[in-house]
Amino acid sequence: MKILAVESSSLVASAAVWEDDVIKAEYTLNNKKTHSQTLLPMIDSVLKSSDTDVSEIDAIAVSSGPGSFTGLRIGAATAKGLGMALGKPLIAVPTLDMTAYNIFKSHALICPIMDARRNQVYTGFYKNESDFEVIKQSFAADIKEVLYELESLGDEVIFLGDGVPVYKEFIKNHFACPYAFAPAYMNRQRAGTLACLGAKYYRQGKVVSAQSMVPEYLRKSQAEREMESKH
Amino acid sequence: MGSNSYINDKLKDDIGGEGCLTGSVKKEAGGNICILAVETSCDETAAAVVKNGKTVLSNVISSQIELHTVYGGVVPELASRNHIEKINYVIAQALSDADIKVSEIDAVAVTCGPGLVGALLVGVAHAKAFAYALKKPLIGVHHIEGHIAANYIEHDIKPPFLCLVVSGGHTQLAAVKDYTDIEIIGKTCDDAAGEAFDKVARSIGLGYPGGPKIDAEAKKGDPYAIVFPKAKVAKSEYDFSFSGVKSAVLNYLNSVNMRGKAVNTADVAASFQKSVVEVLVEHTVKAAHDYGFKQAAMAGGVAANSLLRETMKKTCDENGIKLYYPSPVYCTDNAAMIGAAAYYDFLNGKRSGLDLNAFPALKLGEKVE
Repeated sequence: MKILAVESSSLVASAAVWEDDVIKAEYTLNNKKTHSQTLLPMIDSVLKSSDTDVSEIDAIAVSSGPGSFTGLRIGAATAKGLGMALGKPLIAVPTLDMTAYNIFKSHALICPIMDARRNQVYTGFYKNESDFEVIKQSFAADIKEVLYELESLGDEVIFLGDGVPVYKEFIKNHFACPYAFAPAYMNRQRAGTLACLGAKYYRQGKVVSAQSMVPEYLRKSQAEREMESKH
Repeated sequence: MGSNSYINDKLKDDIGGEGCLTGSVKKEAGGNICILAVETSCDETAAAVVKNGKTVLSNVISSQIELHTVYGGVVPELASRNHIEKINYVIAQALSDADIKVSEIDAVAVTCGPGLVGALLVGVAHAKAFAYALKKPLIGVHHIEGHIAANYIEHDIKPPFLCLVVSGGHTQLAAVKDYTDIEIIGKTCDDAAGEAFDKVARSIGLGYPGGPKIDAEAKKGDPYAIVFPKAKVAKSEYDFSFSGVKSAVLNYLNSVNMRGKAVNTADVAASFQKSVVEVLVEHTVKAAHDYGFKQAAMAGGVAANSLLRETMKKTCDENGIKLYYPSPVYCTDNAAMIGAAAYYDFLNGKRSGLDLNAFPALKLGEKVE
């Protein structure tokens, strides 16, 4: 069983080859948003360096959102093109599920936050103490509302994700429960993690066809929002 | 063919089956070249299979016009979202209509610019991955070269010739010296011709898309009813400017409204259209004469305009210039034209890399690898 994982939902671009519970190759960049140029060469690199022919891949795991609209589409289009050519399914893994899955065997509540601009974050609540649990699925909200909701749950919280640098001071000044910020080696999107969670979802039968997979933006386009506010 | 092809379920299995990679390409030396082409530069998700740059085996276009109509124009983010939803179905349909296996495809071509960057990126990322997994060559194609190449599909025109490219995003006079050697000799300094059609159509309540609506409305009106200025530019005889005529229409509408009179939309449409068409024809014929071209062609969505076709034909005939233009389905955005252009790039040895990007402002004649 071989999974190719493709991640480009945020500033991070990442690709990994997973084979039978082993991450055989992984390539992650967190530098510039040039995913349209870098992603496919990175995929080629992880396949070549793990001596894997692309035709041996059984499924393609891809971050399904939320995230940068364009970034999500570059990842989705790449996965859909590969899946279509190979006749293989896709595993659409919510970006925040993947980010939370970086944390293992902790009693704390896991809260990945992504900067969604317009004073909002994309977030979700997770636990990974005995088994990975989605406590609250991905949603977009004001950081104040998120912290208020977390306080009502009363658990210790691990924050991670690219929203942390943006809201770190705010959390320090306003959050009443115990908390920690995850360190750099586990606080961003990574294709290795994506492949592992993808394998778990694959075994649960959570796959989609290459043709039907679409990103989950969690937010309408600006034009649609403006149109709705007029009516 | 050429319209919104409906996606059927059967073909999903045809495409998705294993063994797509097996089977050798049955191609004799110097034999047929079949190119799968993908186009997502604006608001049409399109795919086609074209043999030898000429024989269109399939041409699937999924139009988003209805989606954008309520906004009065193309919304880039909505266009991109729609492309990612449709792209696999459209490509699968193109392969199915062409009755061809992916293993029989010689290359994958994709529009890499100019256009809406988010929209282009869907096609580029998809086509790159598709070609990569199939181990087929990839060719990034210039959208405007595609429009020009639409003329090769139905006609036996060969370079050199002069081509007037007129669409919603572009208005250019191009000297087509060879299939892959094109030089711009005139262009618009502001709005594209099609953009002016859209804006005028909106101002007289015809809605989006403006081109076909003005064309139809103008047939009911008097083109001599109102005199609008011609879309010329001082001192640059092959360039165009359409913002002046557009403003003149808006001013005219204002003044009629101020006097409390009713606007005759048919007369406005006819007079505006005449003003735009006259300058397009004059410049094309003058450039053909000055540069010594005996053949001229038209390309792009506005080339489907009936008055432009008629007037250009008549004037070219009078001046001893042989005129060509594609059927309307190949004038508006489509992937068959991309497959036609890619054929000549393919023969010329052009191959794009895995790092092919989208180039929203790619100029005509500018080369990308």
